[in-house]
Amino acid sequence: MDYVSNTKSERKNMLKEIGVKAVEDLFNMIPEEVALDRPLNIPDGISELELVRKVQKHAAKNKSLDKLTSFLGAGAYDHYVPGIIDHLISRSEFYTAYTPYQAELSQGTLEAIYEYQSMISELTGLDVTNASMLDGGSAAAEAVVMGARISRRKKVLLPETVNPAYREVIRTYGRHQDLEFIDIKTENTAVLPELIEKELDDDTAVVVVQYPNFFGSIEKMEEIGRMVNNAKKAVFVVIANPILLGLLKEPAEFGADIVVGEAQNLGNGLNYGGPYLGFMSTRDDRSYIRQLPGRIVGKTTDVDGKEGFVLTLQTREQHIRRERATSNICTNEALNALMATIYMAAMGKDGLKEVAEQSFHKAHYLAERIDKLDGYQVVNKDNFFFEFVVKSDRDLEKVKNSLLEENIIVGYDLKEAERDGLLICVTEKRTKEEMDQLVEKLEVV
Amino acid sequence: MEELLIKDYSSQGRKGYSLPPLDVEKSDLDSYYSDYIREESPGLPEVSEVDVVRHYTALSELNYGVDSGIYPLGSCTMKYNPKRNENVARAAELTNIHPYQEDEHVQGSLEILYELKQYLAEISGMDEITLQPASGAHGELTGMMIIHQYFDKKNDNRTKVLVPDSAHGTNPASAMMAGYDVVEIPSNERGMVDVDDLKEAMDENVAALMLTNPNTLGIFEEDILEIADIVHDNGGLLYYDGANMNAVMGYVRPGDMDFDVLHFNLHKTFSTPHGGGGPGSGPVGVKDFLAPYLPKPVLKKGKDSYFWDNDRPDSLGKVHAFYGNYGVMLRAWSYIITIGGKGLKKTTENAVLNANYLKAKLIKEFELPYAADSLHEFVLSGSKQKKEGVSTLNIAKRLLDYDQYAPTIYFPLVVKEAMMIEPTETENIRTLNRFVDTMLTIAREIKEDPELVNNAPHTTIVRKLDETKAAREPNLRW
Repeated sequence: MDYVSNTKSERKNMLKEIGVKAVEDLFNMIPEEVALDRPLNIPDGISELELVRKVQKHAAKNKSLDKLTSFLGAGAYDHYVPGIIDHLISRSEFYTAYTPYQAELSQGTLEAIYEYQSMISELTGLDVTNASMLDGGSAAAEAVVMGARISRRKKVLLPETVNPAYREVIRTYGRHQDLEFIDIKTENTAVLPELIEKELDDDTAVVVVQYPNFFGSIEKMEEIGRMVNNAKKAVFVVIANPILLGLLKEPAEFGADIVVGEAQNLGNGLNYGGPYLGFMSTRDDRSYIRQLPGRIVGKTTDVDGKEGFVLTLQTREQHIRRERATSNICTNEALNALMATIYMAAMGKDGLKEVAEQSFHKAHYLAERIDKLDGYQVVNKDNFFFEFVVKSDRDLEKVKNSLLEENIIVGYDLKEAERDGLLICVTEKRTKEEMDQLVEKLEVV
Repeated sequence: MEELLIKDYSSQGRKGYSLPPLDVEKSDLDSYYSDYIREESPGLPEVSEVDVVRHYTALSELNYGVDSGIYPLGSCTMKYNPKRNENVARAAELTNIHPYQEDEHVQGSLEILYELKQYLAEISGMDEITLQPASGAHGELTGMMIIHQYFDKKNDNRTKVLVPDSAHGTNPASAMMAGYDVVEIPSNERGMVDVDDLKEAMDENVAALMLTNPNTLGIFEEDILEIADIVHDNGGLLYYDGANMNAVMGYVRPGDMDFDVLHFNLHKTFSTPHGGGGPGSGPVGVKDFLAPYLPKPVLKKGKDSYFWDNDRPDSLGKVHAFYGNYGVMLRAWSYIITIGGKGLKKTTENAVLNANYLKAKLIKEFELPYAADSLHEFVLSGSKQKKEGVSTLNIAKRLLDYDQYAPTIYFPLVVKEAMMIEPTETENIRTLNRFVDTMLTIAREIKEDPELVNNAPHTTIVRKLDETKAAREPNLRW
């Protein structure tokens, strides 16, 4: 099955109109030495029925979360996704549209992005939000690079409590801009502000903090923010969890200059890691806006004075500024941003707060019960929001595997982050029954 | 505004969601985090589910997608997005998976990704593929980082990357993000890379030449082997921008043209929807000698299972937190197996046929600045119409009055008043003829009543918007 609709005779007429005999003649300019002289080694096409059967066969080899109880988080979160989201983004006027360059035929996309920018700004407390970034990791990396451009410095303080995958993306981007990274080490689940203070000086470009951090703990945001703001040039980048910002103070309160993060948890499913949704907000300050990467939508008026929306401040972008652009980003995650917009609209003020509260209470219920078990301790029981670290004198690898046999994913093995323990995440989707079952199994393994 | 903002439907206490009641005892949130709880809730809407559904349905009606009609944006390959691919990308067993689940639980997905990698390698003539980059530009950046890593490991400190003046803006921007200085090389009078200019620009400080072939004029760089030799003889590498892959499938492979690195745009060539600006997916292919530098992890096939290989000591690092835009990859895989190897070649043939048909019809009224044969897209100039008092921008706007999307305009930069047209293979003759008729009508209108065109659009829900005001007095949120 292919998607060419012109018939043989129509194509013949078209060739005549062009003035060539056969379609192959249109490719005559390709030198023989490079032309492919055999068919592509890819099987022949199939019908929709065959496709469905093939997909079912592949799907049967997976074990999805439909069949498992998962306490996995670590940057991708299993929250409730309202059913209306998929219906609305399946309106093909949305999903088959291009980037809204012709604004007059793209007011739907543009207005939705304006709403997205507005709502993300409500959460972060910073007034300028771009139309999205590729994911949380690349958003964090671009924020660091942007901060270094603003401060015209090279030294970046990067605590070990930041998501290790993000740290890796940040370093990958930063290395190519000659940034110098200072790891702020800690054996705890939160970083000591004194350690940041020690490294913070006139050469510091950027200080990065995650809120809550990778281990689920909340850093001393106010203290760190004050230090960074008092430093001469340093830019304060906060990587935040947007769903919790319905309840937790906006990072701007702590002096954040740029707030970024992963907004997959706002109405986007897990999708095995992508497409996800990076977000980025910054101060309403020309020196910051000028350095912001990515598209921005603005409200304006048409020739008749009617309000409408356009892409704006484009002189920062690659299609105009080329190698002097603030970033190479072009395609972003517009449809995922639409999903987040619909999520924030449907859940609203109370919904985000309730999701955050329920996740908090459930996570604390589970942590308390695990901590009481013989041989297990919750490392950060005094400071975690909805993810926590469990250590044990038992063989955690064995614990993990035997729980898997019971169809429970107990959490993220911190071995991957060069630590001991398990990172356990509880969202509002987990039930008391599921948690009690986990505790029961942990006890007997 | 045609449709109110969602916040304008708010009413205090109105709700559009429900959650199960909390089934555990509450912990004392305040004692933990009293300093961290918001004093005031964020200004999100308080609306009902019906409000949400009606509002976003209304917004969708203000939009134009490929399902609405022709979308002749050059270099964007706005082809039909098959619905069966959407169904594949929504199969619960394939999508309700956490990125950190064990490899053994996602063998079905990994097999799909591995097959996709093999198909992409075969189509492009490359040896190894990473699926991690989440967009075309992200692929370019990854490709340039691979090149950087390759030279770093050889202690070769090259500083420059060459980019033709006809290149996409992302090319120089990606090279800059990868830490290179960009040197622009001019096109010759035929719209191609000038071999002598290239020779002159090429030296031992050049890490790579970034090339699109066919280029953004739709013209095939016939001297490609000589170009490759010049770059390689100086120790540089050749980068292929895969934006125009729809022009060459089954006819010629970048790998056989001696390119070392390339990126694909799954959201162009392989029919996945653009989503109003994303998500896309920009896998990168390399020749064997560059495989060690790919971002980690790399998907591998073991004895009888698939796994993510994280043991990559020479890897450049990571460009995405997880594995890239998996949902987009599912759709591209579905597309490739649905149309098959022969279908890919037929796709290319008809994309080129449709473009050449439009070109043959439109050059009667519009200037063709580069006469060389072109493939899947071509670039006209509105210079003649400009002399008659109407710029290309207004031709584009007038098209909107006829319920058709406009071509890419003012790009490539080497053409004045450029209109870059790419119909793709999925448009039928009727749609193509309607587009031609409309363009010819507009050309006639310009002669008879230029103001009619200059004041376009007239029939859209908003008319020409004040972009200067938008930039001078930014209003970026409610």
